[in-house]
Amino acid sequence: MFAVAGTVPIQNFPLVAGEVFLEDDNIRIREMRVPVNRGTPALLAAAVKACEALDQGAPFGYLVGDIGLGDGSRKLYEYMTGHLDKFDFQSKHGTGLKAITFHYLQPDVDWHNRVLFTVKEMKKAPILIADAGFMYAAKMSGKAAEYDFFTPDVGELAFLADEEAPHPFYTRGFVLHEENRIPELIARTYKYKNGARCLLVKGKQDYVADRHGIQATIDSPMEEAMEAMGGTGDTLTGIATALIGTGMEVMKAAIIAARINRLAGYYAKPTPATRVMEIIKHIPTACNRLPV
Amino acid sequence: MSFSGFFKQKRSETGDNQNIDRGILVFENTSEVIRAESVLKSEGWKIKVVGPPPEIRTGCDLVIEIPLIEELNILRTLEKAGVSPLETVPVSSPLLQPVDLFQNKDFGKYLMIRAANMKLTIDKETLNIVNVSGGGCPDVPYLAQEMVGKTMAEAPAPREIGHTLCGYALQLAYEEILRRCSL
Repeated sequence: MFAVAGTVPIQNFPLVAGEVFLEDDNIRIREMRVPVNRGTPALLAAAVKACEALDQGAPFGYLVGDIGLGDGSRKLYEYMTGHLDKFDFQSKHGTGLKAITFHYLQPDVDWHNRVLFTVKEMKKAPILIADAGFMYAAKMSGKAAEYDFFTPDVGELAFLADEEAPHPFYTRGFVLHEENRIPELIARTYKYKNGARCLLVKGKQDYVADRHGIQATIDSPMEEAMEAMGGTGDTLTGIATALIGTGMEVMKAAIIAARINRLAGYYAKPTPATRVMEIIKHIPTACNRLPV
Repeated sequence: MSFSGFFKQKRSETGDNQNIDRGILVFENTSEVIRAESVLKSEGWKIKVVGPPPEIRTGCDLVIEIPLIEELNILRTLEKAGVSPLETVPVSSPLLQPVDLFQNKDFGKYLMIRAANMKLTIDKETLNIVNVSGGGCPDVPYLAQEMVGKTMAEAPAPREIGHTLCGYALQLAYEEILRRCSL
């Protein structure tokens, strides 16, 4: 089993922990429902669909409302420091936590460090995955190398590569990064120890890399419109998390997830106005078309 | 101790990565800094008045240290009080500059504008906002929820409802689209 921790864009949404299901374009966690537009709900919806195709149980979610004020995120950080190590008791199947993905959370270095410490204290540390705001905090804390998997887009890679940038907004010089600088940005990311063990750089082409450089490039099928769509990076991280949750090796999962996400996008025939749920619906078909 | 000595000592005590989520607000003069300090403190912000590093001195000996992630919220508070700063600079490196260039991608019927890590896409004919993508702070899904499906005229500006640097970047993309619409 794997878990996902993140926020939903509803101010008073309470902190909820439990298995996550997908019903009528909404994710359901306990009795709470959230529309799938982008962000952590999109990640979880994609993971649910991938789990269906992989014949896996439902993902476990830790969700809270936060519209950017950070109040919900801090509540969730605090909850995780007190509860993550008890995950085995929460897991229905008692299989423990194989992987955990931290997602749209307000970047907060102090809370990040406390959560990371809690995870490291677990009897069997899960595979650690970070994306979005939590990845920013992981990099800011100087502890990126303790993670197994980051899923930045090209702009976020430029942020990881800039050892002084506190946020992608302040990335020096390489913010309007050309794709042909990606090998250089990856090398710089690892030089300053700001990369996880494996990186999946999402973009026009997807790159899977480690500290030795680019190990795989996935570029087909290509749907240009996906760049404009909110949530397509979240679905990719969700699919990768689901694959890693089966016990698959991280780099292999990254490569297969990139292919599945692209294929689901291809089936959706998107325009820049397409909503991400249209892609999520095609994930099971895409999973079944690829040898997983 | 000189201002530069203060910063050097602070960095050596805390390590290079410890303070990079902090920024400083630079004002026209000291009285503005003090006004801004009292406004922010009365609103409950945890801020400090400190000495600026030499590289960004503008004739004022004080700046306000803030958590960068709260920049948009703090700037809004100051704007309301009529005491906006000249600029915001990350503490760890005064050389860091926010994005001031944009990328655009023309999809025919749609136009996507990118500022830093945020992308805003509109229907060129109706000026409907059709998608918001990029970013990683929790106000991004909220901003998308509030803006997508509305026209540029109907949608709230990101700076009105955003709270983070991602929200601020989206505001820049939003302003760039407004600028292009007025051409």
